[in-house]
Amino acid sequence: MQLTNRSKEVSNKEMTMAEKMYLPAIVQGLAITIKHFFAKKVTIPYPEVKRYLGPVFRGHHILKRDEEGRERCTACGLCAVACPAEAISMVAAERKKGEENLYREEKYAAVYEINMLRCIFCGLCEEACPKQAVYLRHDKLVPIFTERDQVVYGKEELVEKMSDRYIRTNPDAQATPTEPSFSRSVS
Amino acid sequence: MKPTEILFYALTAITLLSASFVVTARNPIHSVLALILTFFCLSGHYILLNAQFLAAVNIIVYAGAIMVLFLFVIMFLNMKTEDEEAKTTITKLAAVVVGGVLLVVMVAVFRAASMATYNPSTYSAKVGLVENLGLVLYRDYLLPFELASVLLLVAMVGAVMLGKREPGDRHF
Amino acid sequence: MELTELIIKGILIVVLFGVTLLIAMYSTWAERKVAGFIQDRFGPNRAGPGGIFQPLADAGKMFFKEDFIPSQANKWLFILGPCLAILTALMSSAVIPFGESIRYEDLLIPVQGVEINIGILYVFGVVSLGVYGLMVGGWASNNKFSLLGAIRAASQNISYEIGFGLSIIAILMMTGSLSIRAIVEQQHGFAWNLFNQPLGFIIFLTCAFAECNRTPFDLPECETELVGGYHTEYSSMKLGFYLFAEYINMFVSSAIIASLYFGGYNYPGMDWVRETLTGSLGAATGHNLATLVGTIVLFGKIFFFIFFFMWVRWTLPRFRYDQLMNLGWKTFIPLSILNVVVTGFGLLYDVKYASWAIVIVMVIMAMVSSARAPKPAVQPQRT
Repeated sequence: MQLTNRSKEVSNKEMTMAEKMYLPAIVQGLAITIKHFFAKKVTIPYPEVKRYLGPVFRGHHILKRDEEGRERCTACGLCAVACPAEAISMVAAERKKGEENLYREEKYAAVYEINMLRCIFCGLCEEACPKQAVYLRHDKLVPIFTERDQVVYGKEELVEKMSDRYIRTNPDAQATPTEPSFSRSVS
Repeated sequence: MKPTEILFYALTAITLLSASFVVTARNPIHSVLALILTFFCLSGHYILLNAQFLAAVNIIVYAGAIMVLFLFVIMFLNMKTEDEEAKTTITKLAAVVVGGVLLVVMVAVFRAASMATYNPSTYSAKVGLVENLGLVLYRDYLLPFELASVLLLVAMVGAVMLGKREPGDRHF
Repeated sequence: MELTELIIKGILIVVLFGVTLLIAMYSTWAERKVAGFIQDRFGPNRAGPGGIFQPLADAGKMFFKEDFIPSQANKWLFILGPCLAILTALMSSAVIPFGESIRYEDLLIPVQGVEINIGILYVFGVVSLGVYGLMVGGWASNNKFSLLGAIRAASQNISYEIGFGLSIIAILMMTGSLSIRAIVEQQHGFAWNLFNQPLGFIIFLTCAFAECNRTPFDLPECETELVGGYHTEYSSMKLGFYLFAEYINMFVSSAIIASLYFGGYNYPGMDWVRETLTGSLGAATGHNLATLVGTIVLFGKIFFFIFFFMWVRWTLPRFRYDQLMNLGWKTFIPLSILNVVVTGFGLLYDVKYASWAIVIVMVIMAMVSSARAPKPAVQPQRT
């Protein structure tokens, strides 16, 4: 069975004198390595240069508000059910009188927590949400944490700020191209 | 005392100390290392005599090659356990007798030998350098020199013959 | 010797010593950088611009790690091993001529640690002693793998010293001197020994790789077989000394290759440069500047060879031990003896480029044999 055109049959034929002298082969090898020496490096030196993430990248979670600034989440728990890593947990509460400008539905999430050590950024919560409340941002990564108590993200970190609304730039984006582009746009 | 004299006495002291350590050391590895130090000091003496070539060759051949092989072989032998069998009274006695006889012979030779002197006015400082040594070896002592090289060649061929594996030998 | 001469000489020796250490230090950085670049990476680039402070960080790390001595090890020899390794490595740069001479008023002081008329033999002696550091350290560790590494190092060094020595004899025959300075001075301008001794150069280069325990001959520290080789049990700065000694040896070998085969501080057009500089800047300043240019040229050659050492390291895989021994004993020794004989004939009948005859014959033989070889008909692999 042939998988590629580059495969070579192994043979144990007698080496010719030129092959026994090693030197031609060594020069060939040195030529290959020096070519790589001057080749463009594929490494992206991360904190200084950031890789272009693409319009469908799944990054930091966000709990959306609607146009009037009310939280969309109704604490139905479908995201928590859909989550394969069981990273999401929530406590539901009933909306009191006078809170209509805060919560869109009659039931809301008093506590909404995502454990970022468990989350695998699969985006199934986003798929499962019937209220279009939870999204994974395409433009922001979850920041590095060093302590255990920084791991669980509550509503503080998750709910969208009205001053800094998240709009997915290209909702009709195609699927990620198979070959990731190395364009180094600093986001 | 002139600096060279101080050097000479210091070197001599180290030579004698390390040479006696070669015989008295219990661990053969220490013994070999002390022997290497002795060779070094001998090379130092050669340099004091302005025989740089001899000093370098002494280090290359003795310290650099032969002693490495000594060390090599001793490392292979497991000398951790005290090998009491080899140190019976008779062996010790024989060693003392042999050493004593050697000492007597050497003392006798040095008593009989006439020390060569030199004339400071005609003495050339270059007498020990490699050009002069080469001229002496290849002009005045050509036959002994070549005979010695033939002897070494024969010894080498013999060593290769001994080390060669014969068809039926065990492969290990 | 006058006082001024002594002072200048002293400063010179201190500077050369410092430069040796500095180059060895930055060779560790360069090694990782070259490795990175060859493997399409950047190499260390966090400590300072381009990772330039990496050696300092490494040294700091080395000093603060636990200095461990195994309980069953021979304590004094365990400490002696790395000391010997670094001592012998540092000794050998004393006789290398790094430049012509410095002129101070009427004094001409050669840019060299010490000029002895058996310079090359001195280098040999010191190199052959370098193996004691590895052997003593490997044995004293009281570890089978260390001992095996030490024994490999010893037998490899002894074997390749012969080829090493024989390949130089051809050059000594052509020069008629054992002094490295005399050898370098004879290659004035562009009359480099490389053009007379191509085969000797290749043998010498390969043996230098083996003497430095560099890939493809780094069997004494072969990780896949011997854990870490002779320095398995070493940690902290003792390990640092072993690694440092390797880089100093690399620098010294590069300097010797450059001096013996690539003309040392000689370069084409050096006479013109000297005349122009002395003409325009006066005798002393011009002379010193011309010497400086020569030294810079020599360091350029040395850096190229250090780079070559690294280039080869990240290109070639390790030899197997029997291949190593076969190459040393059955290929290099006969070839270098042949080279000596042919050079001798060349000197006798005044043919300057006699040594090329061997190279040409070898190339023709190789071409004929590959032409006559059966075409690569694919054979099924036998089991």
